[in-house]
Amino acid sequence: MKEFLDMGGYAAFVWPAYGVSVAGIVVAIVIVWRSYAKAKARLAALETRRP
Amino acid sequence: MFAYANPKRFLDVSGPIVPWLATASAVSLGVGLYLGFTAPPDYQQGDTVRIMFIHVPAAWTAMMAYALMALSAAIGLINRHPLADVAAKTAAPLGALFTALALITGSLWGKPMWGAWWVWDARLTSFLLLLFLYLGYIALWNAIEDETRAARATAILAIVGAVNLPIIEFSVEWWSTLHQGESILRKGGPLIASVFLWPLAAMALGYTLLFFTLWIVRIRTEILNRRLRALQMGAA
Amino acid sequence: MTSFVSLLSRDMRLAFRAGGGAMLALAFFASVAALVPLGIGPDLRLLARIAGGVLWIATVLAGLLSLDRLFQADYEDGSLDLIALSPMPLEAASFAKIAAHWLTTGLPLTLLSPVLALMYGMPARGFAPLIASLLIGTPAVSAIGAVGASLTLSIRRGGLILPLIVLPLLAPAVIFGAGAVIGALDNLPNGALPLLAAFSFAALLLSPFAAAAAVRLNIGS
Repeated sequence: MKEFLDMGGYAAFVWPAYGVSVAGIVVAIVIVWRSYAKAKARLAALETRRP
Repeated sequence: MFAYANPKRFLDVSGPIVPWLATASAVSLGVGLYLGFTAPPDYQQGDTVRIMFIHVPAAWTAMMAYALMALSAAIGLINRHPLADVAAKTAAPLGALFTALALITGSLWGKPMWGAWWVWDARLTSFLLLLFLYLGYIALWNAIEDETRAARATAILAIVGAVNLPIIEFSVEWWSTLHQGESILRKGGPLIASVFLWPLAAMALGYTLLFFTLWIVRIRTEILNRRLRALQMGAA
Repeated sequence: MTSFVSLLSRDMRLAFRAGGGAMLALAFFASVAALVPLGIGPDLRLLARIAGGVLWIATVLAGLLSLDRLFQADYEDGSLDLIALSPMPLEAASFAKIAAHWLTTGLPLTLLSPVLALMYGMPARGFAPLIASLLIGTPAVSAIGAVGASLTLSIRRGGLILPLIVLPLLAPAVIFGAGAVIGALDNLPNGALPLLAAFSFAALLLSPFAAAAAVRLNIGS
């Protein structure tokens, strides 16, 4: 396990690279999904108000 | 109601597809990560080779996104297809994200290899310029108030950028070989052994599917928002 | 043909008037070239080596400075509508404006560049490639700049977006232009000048169409 975390001495490069990538992707997913959900909710509210 | 005909069909068709795309993407990425971390360290690059599995797919996706964006923009400009403009607009921030990820991971890959946090090698420099192209495109969308005008102006910019992009890449490559000789550069590493090829392929597929998932959801969101704006204006 | 010439000469006259930008671009060019050694230090060996690149960068920046006036002034006072309505095709009008911009910005910069290169201690063998590269490449700066200027026409403070859009597109010009000088300094001929010529040629060929399309969409409302 320690070997895995150590990445042959390159831990300071490999893990931040993966960290940034994961963070970037996760943030993108969250933002995209929440925009969609918000639009969907607002549209549903408007469409139920007017028959 | 004609304005809704195509977008509505898109919503109907894309709705069921999104969960499949998302799942396929997650599976691909999972497989890729597993294979990537269980592969042996490279003879020359050691464990930093694992950065390749997230750097190269990000770069490919960034380029693919630009091509799709420019193509959509061109279709929007020529055919006035309402969804094409939306497709181009929504692709840009995603493309910019993958470009930034390619740059950051490329830098982290480069530092142990070349000894510097930033190296002006052909690939990183090209991608830096690609990022600026994306940012300029997004800025232009945001700067023009009228939506239709913005769509056309950014389409012209995207097409000009697309034409120029191969030239930019070529010129940077040319420049990079011109100035080589100061240090020993290792571009991209040795020929890829198959033990690295599989994780790379899986990650590339995963990134691509992820892009399409996010892109489609963004297009759906934009369609809903346009419908929202239309309804609000109608109610006023 | 005469309408082309008259538009060209009109634009040139306007550029040389006060606030027209021609002298401004030249002064800016010299300012940037003067500023760089202040930031880098007076090491003449270093300056001699980077002179080509610095002057090319200063050229692009100075070109950008005068670009947002290219269409903007005519857009604001309605002249652009008149130009668009005239029998001369908008593409030709755009080309006339690009030519005027080059004649009042690119060309003067090119002529001033040897003086600045001298101040940078650039070796004699660099002068011909420097002047040639600027002569060949500055039309591309005007052309691609014109596309950016026409796209950002209707934007308030569009002058801030203009560099962001145009600079990446001009990267090849800077690369080949400075590359030509470096090749001469190192006595290693590279293909920079022909590549630059091809780039400029393509830019001049295509830009009027893109600029005209952008003008059309900005005035057609």
